[in-house]
Amino acid sequence: MKRILMTLPMVLVLILGAFLYWGLNPDRNPNEIPSPLLGKSVPDFTLAGIDGVDVGGFGSAELSSGGIKLVNVFASWCVPCRAEHGVLIKLAARENVQLYGINYKDKPTDAQQWLAEMGNPYAAVGSDFSGRVGIEWGVSGVPETFIVSPDGVILYHYRGPLVGDTALRDFGEGLRRAREQIGQS
Amino acid sequence: MFKHCVLILAFVIALPSFAVEPDEILDDPILETRARDISANVRCVVCQNEPIDSSNAGVARDLRLLIRERLVAGDSDDQVYDFLVARYGDYVLFKPPWRPSTYLLWLAPFLILGGGIIGMVYALMRKPQNPHAGLNADEQAQLDELIGSNNEGDAT
Repeated sequence: MKRILMTLPMVLVLILGAFLYWGLNPDRNPNEIPSPLLGKSVPDFTLAGIDGVDVGGFGSAELSSGGIKLVNVFASWCVPCRAEHGVLIKLAARENVQLYGINYKDKPTDAQQWLAEMGNPYAAVGSDFSGRVGIEWGVSGVPETFIVSPDGVILYHYRGPLVGDTALRDFGEGLRRAREQIGQS
Repeated sequence: MFKHCVLILAFVIALPSFAVEPDEILDDPILETRARDISANVRCVVCQNEPIDSSNAGVARDLRLLIRERLVAGDSDDQVYDFLVARYGDYVLFKPPWRPSTYLLWLAPFLILGGGIIGMVYALMRKPQNPHAGLNADEQAQLDELIGSNNEGDAT
């Protein structure tokens, strides 16, 4: 009994240490919101296109065929989206992926202007003025980007702009794993 | 005097402000109460420690409206919660559900309390070492010897 009691302080220190190691890890983001949609099919939706944009709208049907797709949620009023836009243009050109845009809670005229000014990397852009489709996708704030498998399953969810080394590394890793997953299955 | 009264009155009748806007409120008071109860339990995903009931964020307003829509459509409270959890995870609930991944969370306070009680009982039950207990045989012999030699010394 005494032996057991004597090891107790060490056991407590180890438990506390493990907890602090986990809790104080600089890579851990305590604000991270889990994505319950990962591994599930894309939600059922259809979005109309935006007048004056040369690509049309899209819906679940378009996301359930073809190759790997990226779905980007953006808005003209969102400053980080502006920073991210150049990255999206490069991504769409360089990687063998199709980029879809959900224009979240944005006036269609503003979105049209934004795309005309900044360039349009999207294969299709749908207008989600009410934000309802955003809720279906579990969007908490723009920008967010999803990786969708050829058969319409959500493989990866990135919250925040794809700007900076950390974001690009994480997203690139997500894309690589998505490709692996598809190659295997 | 009048000014003071007005001031005091203003403090007395001041109500906490809510983010729920008049155009969101349902005509049916029962449904509205349910909607308020639900939204007080749902975390705003933008301003993370605020319930959507008191948050001014756009998403919070959308979720409030959505909750009301679903209640009007005849959903039960649980169905509304399930709808939100399916999209945002358990994370949106301020009160986490009872399931294997949260057992530790729910049980930890009781485990710690139990550990404390066991420790205390153990400490209290331990036989106290009585500092006034009698001497053992060796000590008694030593004492006798000392007293004896002392007595002898007195005698001489």
